[in-house]
Amino acid sequence: MKNAGTIVIVVVVGFVAFFGFPFYYNIGKANEAPKLKFDTPAILEWEKVNGKKECVEPKEFMRGEHMQMLNQWRDSVVRNADRVYVNSQGRSFTMSFQNTCMNCHSNKKDFCDKCHNYLGVKPYCWGCHIAPKEKQS
Amino acid sequence: MKILLPLFAVVALVVIAFVGVQANLQAFFGIVIPYAAVAIFIIGFIVRVFRWGSSPVPFRIPTTAGQMKSFAPWIKQNKIDNPSSRLGVFARMALEVLVFRSLFRNTKTELHDGPKLVYGSEKFLWLAGLAFHWSFLIIFVRHFRFFMQDVPTVIQIMESLDSFLQIGAPLLYLTDVVLVGAVTFLFLRRVVMPQIKFISLPADYFPLFLILGIALSGILMRYFTKVHIVGVKELVMGLLSFSPVIPAGIGSVFYIHLFLVSALLIYFPLSKLMHMGGVFLSPTRNMANNSREVRHINPWNYPVHVHTYQEYEDEFREKMKKAGLPVEKE
Ligand code: HEC
Ligand code: HEC
Ligand code: HEC
Ligand code: HEM
Repeated sequence: MKNAGTIVIVVVVGFVAFFGFPFYYNIGKANEAPKLKFDTPAILEWEKVNGKKECVEPKEFMRGEHMQMLNQWRDSVVRNADRVYVNSQGRSFTMSFQNTCMNCHSNKKDFCDKCHNYLGVKPYCWGCHIAPKEKQS
Repeated sequence: MKILLPLFAVVALVVIAFVGVQANLQAFFGIVIPYAAVAIFIIGFIVRVFRWGSSPVPFRIPTTAGQMKSFAPWIKQNKIDNPSSRLGVFARMALEVLVFRSLFRNTKTELHDGPKLVYGSEKFLWLAGLAFHWSFLIIFVRHFRFFMQDVPTVIQIMESLDSFLQIGAPLLYLTDVVLVGAVTFLFLRRVVMPQIKFISLPADYFPLFLILGIALSGILMRYFTKVHIVGVKELVMGLLSFSPVIPAGIGSVFYIHLFLVSALLIYFPLSKLMHMGGVFLSPTRNMANNSREVRHINPWNYPVHVHTYQEYEDEFREKMKKAGLPVEKE
């Protein structure tokens, strides 16, 4: 009993089914990175006062570290009652999830969710913290 | 030397990728190498399996752990360990692949005072092997979030189950801990036990170090030195749609991770890792023991011309009668 032919067919079908899955799953879907919007009233207000759009820390840092930062803010507020965050430029912010982050990023659907949905991340925060009313100009 | 050589090989791979990224060779490490690696993996895999499949399988191997099917109705057949039907074979193979049943029967041999030879049960290899393979598979499937435009719900459910302890931010994945723990155990097993150390070769250590390197670089970029993950997904989607792009500012740890994964894909069909395909071709696992029901003809038998007794008698009947020999037909 030689069955090289059958076995190779099975292997090829297996490969096509499993590794090919991303290919046919993606067919017809545009390869587009999320476009984030920084045009909420609070950010525009900040721009008027400070001359440029800025986050708490530089953009590159925020991209990777925002979850760790939120975690530190939470620990600092809930455990040490310390609500003041001094950033790398020496500017102070009130450590508050809803009143600081979500005040500027009041367009959760066009900002946080855009990125998270693209990568399948589902932060569990919104079960307790209230999402901002969508605001953008 | 048997251990240091493969260790240096993996370190060299890391250094090559790191230096390459510093020298702005992102397109080489992010596009050329991954494409080549996947092609080598798929073609190499098929060639290896084809060669195995082309070897003739002369007979059934009934030496399996269970009662064979008998004509006597009061002797109970062990339908999974000694199957006589395709369904039984499927069940045996599925259990072997999914829970490593034959490794569960692993024993260790010890010489006690007396002198007395003792065979004991040895489950740690099975446990670590199972933990390693399953967490690898789960991590691999979880990675599909980088490979699909909208992440399917199944994968999101896997992510939330895998991180259900909700430790830290980003959430700690249990499979990351299990994978590193299991690979470390499998490595220490080869170093600590003298008999195992004696029979271990560089080809045994290399995949362990390589997989450990992949896992550690992945963990490094998830929890410690962050990479630009949106950029990673753009790169991967570019590769999949055959219009590759190199987004700026991804970070060198990602290219190291990707290069080690490519090395694993290239190494795969050349090495013992082919047991992934080979397990399905194990003769003691994939054949029904139906030697008494079905006639199996040895595939390399020459066609033998058979001269039956009837033909012999037809040919020599007259001579036999003359010599007084008995014949069946008059
Ligand atoms: C003062 C308003 C303001 C506050 C407060 C603020 N942000 Fe931002 N954030 C911005 C702006 C403006 C940008 C775009 C910065 C740029 O383009 O350089 C940004 C960028 C970001 C980015 C990077 C997006 C990218 O382009 O990859 C993340 C992530 C982010 N913010 C998260 C947060 C989190 C989490 C908090 C709370 C800890 C926060 N922001 C608080 C205004 C703010
Ligand atoms: C079980 C409900 C719950 C969940 C889930 C939850 N939080 Fe909170 N969080 C709280 C409570 C309660 C406080 C305390 C509020 C206070 O004392 O002002 C708090 C406080 C905080 C604070 C500091 C205080 C402030 O005003 O913002 C931060 C930052 C924070 N949470 C971030 C997060 C993040 C990020 C997540 C998701 C990863 C999250 N939380 C999920 C209940 C929750
Ligand atoms: C540039 C894209 C981007 C933006 C914008 C962004 N995030 Fe994230 N966020 C991520 C990525 C990527 C992860 C997951 C990191 C990983 O898997 O390593 C993440 C993870 C998190 C986590 C940890 C969740 C977990 O399950 O580990 C929290 C909490 C979080 N983000 C909050 C926010 C909030 C709040 C905002 C909006 C103010 C926001 N993020 C905006 C990309 C982004
Ligand atoms: C053999 C296959 C692979 C293995 C075993 C592996 C292993 C890992 C591990 C253990 C992590 C830690 C975080 C987690 O568990 O999700 C990780 C993260 C990561 N891997 Fe892989 N990986 C593999 C292939 C790939 C490939 C092909 C890519 C992309 C082309 C990739 C990109 C990434 C990225 C971007 C992260 C960071 C994820 C994050 O920050 O959440 N990996 N990998």
